[in-house]
Amino acid sequence: MSVHLSPAQAEAAATLPAPSPSPASKPPKFPAPKFSARRRGGVTRKRTSILLTVLMGVMAVYALLPLFWLIVNSTKTQSSLFSSFGLWFSSDFALWDNITGTLTYNDGEFLRWLANTVLYVVAGAGGATFLATLAGYGLAKFDFPGKRGVFAVVLGAVAVPGTALAVPTFLMFSQMGLTNTPWSVIIPSLISPFGLYLVWIYALEAVPTEVLEAARVDGAGEFRTFFTISLRMLAPGFITVLLFTVVATWNNYFLPLIMLSQSTWYPLTVGLNSWNAQATTAGGEAIYNLVITGSLLTIVPIVGAFLFLQRFWQSGLSAGSVK
Amino acid sequence: MGWAFVGPFMVVFVLVFIAPVLYAFYLSLFQNQMVGGDKFVAGANYLQALSDPQFWDSVTRVAVFLVVQVPIMLFLALFAALALDSGRLRASSFFRISVFLPYAVPAVVATLMWGFIYGPRFGLFGSLNDFFGLDLPEPLSSSWVLAAIGNINTWEFTGYNMLIFYSALKVIPAELYEAADLDGAGTFRVIRSIKLPSIRGAIGIASIFSVIGSFQLFNEPNILKALAPNSISSYFTPNMYAFNLSFAGQQFNYAAAISIIMGVLTVVVAYIVQISGSRKDA
Repeated sequence: MSVHLSPAQAEAAATLPAPSPSPASKPPKFPAPKFSARRRGGVTRKRTSILLTVLMGVMAVYALLPLFWLIVNSTKTQSSLFSSFGLWFSSDFALWDNITGTLTYNDGEFLRWLANTVLYVVAGAGGATFLATLAGYGLAKFDFPGKRGVFAVVLGAVAVPGTALAVPTFLMFSQMGLTNTPWSVIIPSLISPFGLYLVWIYALEAVPTEVLEAARVDGAGEFRTFFTISLRMLAPGFITVLLFTVVATWNNYFLPLIMLSQSTWYPLTVGLNSWNAQATTAGGEAIYNLVITGSLLTIVPIVGAFLFLQRFWQSGLSAGSVK
Repeated sequence: MGWAFVGPFMVVFVLVFIAPVLYAFYLSLFQNQMVGGDKFVAGANYLQALSDPQFWDSVTRVAVFLVVQVPIMLFLALFAALALDSGRLRASSFFRISVFLPYAVPAVVATLMWGFIYGPRFGLFGSLNDFFGLDLPEPLSSSWVLAAIGNINTWEFTGYNMLIFYSALKVIPAELYEAADLDGAGTFRVIRSIKLPSIRGAIGIASIFSVIGSFQLFNEPNILKALAPNSISSYFTPNMYAFNLSFAGQQFNYAAAISIIMGVLTVVVAYIVQISGSRKDA
């Protein structure tokens, strides 16, 4: 995985306590204010710096160029991929043919993988968010024996590299008969320590203890209070966690690669890689145009979600990073 | 009552975090014999790993990667965060979202994309060479492939780290800037004396997790292997070595020992990074 933070680890990136939290960095009110409304880094209004804008422009080009390359090349046929200039369109516009090709290749296995991915996202990310919300709320609003222990163990385990877990998890699951089933991908996705942490921090402030006490006086059960009152107050935190776990499961590669040996249950990531790898196997058909178009189709929903829900993940990151 | 809420999380947590660690440790103490099944060998797998040149080759490679790629990436991220925070940028929200966007791209797609771009046949490097009659080095050749992977990682995660730094910069109290303004401190002075010390914590977290990420390097080289089979060995990184030992070689016990060693090594290095980080600050 990668600085190389995979999404899962990147989530974890926000979880460790800062080595030496500076007195200056107060936790932001969560959700953080919209960025446009925030105070700028200085006191007085400053002139625009052309040099700085140009340098940031270079970084933006670096970030966007490969995506542009992907869009351009998904419009090319396999042969013009080889014959035309990489950063511009060729004379034939084959995007629609490529999309049809991607969706129908090998009896439409791409669609099957898409459905699998959606299943993993709904069950894995949905479940992870639910468990994290429940537990984060429990940590924030109840005192119980072993509470400190729970926190220490969860934080400590985050530092254990995923590598150390992957192979033993596979062996364990294979003895339990879970490998090659959707469960082997869903169950490990159900834990989001970052989500737990975020909801915990959020619930401390967002759910007033007096409200819970009032509900208790009225004789409402704790779970009833949670589902009817608290959950609504936790909604922004819940949505942030959901977005990040959705990204983590949508982009998951290592885990399904290990757990699944048949393509029936592949998610898009593993499936795409198998299409790419088949060109190098004996007798395999090279389908680079479909790999490229499939890659584009894979990132469209997730990039779209990020752009559309900017407000949420940005406040989520600010909540996690300064603590 | 608290356990009723925390319990479900903890049950799954024990199943997918705690149990595998214990199981890996247990496995690492055995060896599979041709005759007679598993045999308890205590630390023999660990001793074997410590004198295994392929293992050390992979460790050295990720260490080099860490020492070069992590500082470059964090420096770029810090620069971008300071630029966004400076208030001197036009269209700063466009820059923020564009630089961050690669984070949303799955590692598989990022690697395939860059792999094609690197490729001599229909990639950008091929086009550039043809077009200008250049002789750029081949990024996928064995001497350049580590740098090529470093670039993919930098592309994927600079924006994420930038946002971490940027979020930390945002919450610096305005009074500090006012004081600096009264003292007549210039931009660089403010960066050095206020901004950097204030986001020390964020820089520490980003460094530690970048270190952990480097040691776990797997997705990018493993995917790139299909495009550059001759440049990437089965023991290119410790993670790939453990993976290939398990799934190509069926040496699960030895792979478990390697995983445990890497786990311990990662914790030690992350700890050293943290210690040296806080000493510099003092």
